[in-house]
Amino acid sequence: MGRITLEKVQKKFGDVEVIPPLDLEINDGEFVVFVGPSGCGKSTLLRLIAGLEDVSGGQINIDGADATNVPPAKRSLAMVFQSYALYPHMTVRKNIAFPMRMAGMEQAEQNRRIESAAAALNLTDYLDRRPGQLSGGQRQRVAIGRAIVREPAAFLFDEPLSNLDAALRVGMRMEISELHKKLDTTMVYVTHDQVEAMTLADKIVVLRAGHIEQVGSPLDLYRAPRNTFVAGFIGSPKMNLIEGSAAAEHDATTIGIRPEHLDVSKTSGKWQGTVGVAEHLGSDTFIHIHGIEGCDPMTVRAGGEVDAKHGDTIYLTPQVEHLHRFDAQGLRIA
Amino acid sequence: MARAVTTNRKAFNTFLAWTIGFLIFFPILWTILTSFKTEADAIANPPIFLGFDWTLENYGVVMERSNYARFLVNSIVIAGGSTILGLLVAIPAAWSMAFVPSRRTKDILLWMLSTKMLPAVGVLYPIYLLCIQLGVLDSRLAMVVILMLINLPIMVWMLYTYFKEIPVDILEAARMDGATLREELLYILTPMAIPGIASTMLLNFILAWNEAFWTLNLTSVDAAPLTAFIASYSSPEGLFFAKLSAASTMAIAPILILGWFSQKQLVRGLTFGAVK
Repeated sequence: MGRITLEKVQKKFGDVEVIPPLDLEINDGEFVVFVGPSGCGKSTLLRLIAGLEDVSGGQINIDGADATNVPPAKRSLAMVFQSYALYPHMTVRKNIAFPMRMAGMEQAEQNRRIESAAAALNLTDYLDRRPGQLSGGQRQRVAIGRAIVREPAAFLFDEPLSNLDAALRVGMRMEISELHKKLDTTMVYVTHDQVEAMTLADKIVVLRAGHIEQVGSPLDLYRAPRNTFVAGFIGSPKMNLIEGSAAAEHDATTIGIRPEHLDVSKTSGKWQGTVGVAEHLGSDTFIHIHGIEGCDPMTVRAGGEVDAKHGDTIYLTPQVEHLHRFDAQGLRIA
Repeated sequence: MARAVTTNRKAFNTFLAWTIGFLIFFPILWTILTSFKTEADAIANPPIFLGFDWTLENYGVVMERSNYARFLVNSIVIAGGSTILGLLVAIPAAWSMAFVPSRRTKDILLWMLSTKMLPAVGVLYPIYLLCIQLGVLDSRLAMVVILMLINLPIMVWMLYTYFKEIPVDILEAARMDGATLREELLYILTPMAIPGIASTMLLNFILAWNEAFWTLNLTSVDAAPLTAFIASYSSPEGLFFAKLSAASTMAIAPILILGWFSQKQLVRGLTFGAVK
């Protein structure tokens, strides 16, 4: 079981309120991702759940019981840190065994769990090495191994992939996703990378300055962002936000159109602009276009075969059914 | 790409390093050589480097005339005692400054270090009077406490720098893994900090061993360490160079041997904070 409920949870550092009172529900077995720009309070929120920071107000419930003042170790949560936080003076085996040793588990059971975790994470050959002799990806697996042997109610991940190179990151992302499906345990995951959030999450929590901007499934957030912040944050490349007369045409202060919802033509269209940079990725072409009123540059995702060069004139037509409308406060107009 | 260094350049650098090393070591070497000379050879002009009649006479005289063992024991007690006492104070202090810093932590550290910039002689008079008042002049206890206080800023700084290098994440991971504060200190922090504690201990022991200002001024007989032993052989006219050299060699031998065997730790200790 791993149901976590936050009720009016608040955090202040001195006089600075980093997290204003906030409510959130994380269901058992759910994969929840906290996402937001640097300094939005997502890591602080995770540390509050972990118990590594004390709340300034409100209550944290884990499986229905008030855990607000319960020390970290007693919350039956396991955490994976960005820096892996392995014990450098211990072998992989001892690292993985540490939480069980602290819990006073009997040796035979410890060994059984170590072997099974090592097998699941491809670490069997490395059990007698020290963390310093492992690659980044292997270290991350050890950190995950140390978390799973405890059989916790929930896993907490604090930007676990940030220190890995791009290729490894994609691989580890998949491993974490498969681990979640296999264990079916609650996972709370913090990242600033919206691609990680979209690919991993059952539920995304978008944070800005300690406030929850929106909670929903990845596709809910993609299809119906509640405000301009979420609209700009979720989706890659970013949604184009257009102000001025083009927005007024649709009775809105700002309209949003995703790069993939623009039709490109070299001869005619609603908006005319000049190609700044065209990124040819083979499968797609991302074209950054200057000279369109209210949004500069505008980004378009076109097919791989599109031929566009710096300085070309290009015409764009938005697909009206995919247009997002926002009012003067930046809130979505239904 | 690694910086390209030619073989010639390397040879030159090696030569230069050895030359500088030799120049620094030369006075010690000269002292050791002189200790094996007769008093006449010791003041010979031009000086004799190796071609003299080697003799152990000076050592015999020195051993006969003074109780080397007593000075040695005093040195060990004072240097060792002040080091252990210093660690007992410095470890918890550095620990809390590194892991539970307050707004004033940096200021306190700088203020502590600033006390090292004060000329020691400036506080000699009050400390001397205090020792008389407390009846601890020429006592090992007073020397242990005073040398501990003198070196405390350096100990706290060194340990603080080492503890700072231990990532807080690792301590938090231990906390998440169910370690109590005692277990966290015992199984995680101490093993990780041992190299730092060892170099601090070593460096402080050497500093206390070599300390001459306070030991010469505040001891005479009962608590006099090896620094006083050397001083007792120096005379204003410089007539007994060979005997002075023998006494000096005997005084520095223990610390020289200790330093030789712990070079690696010492280098780490002396460059603390500089290499990460």
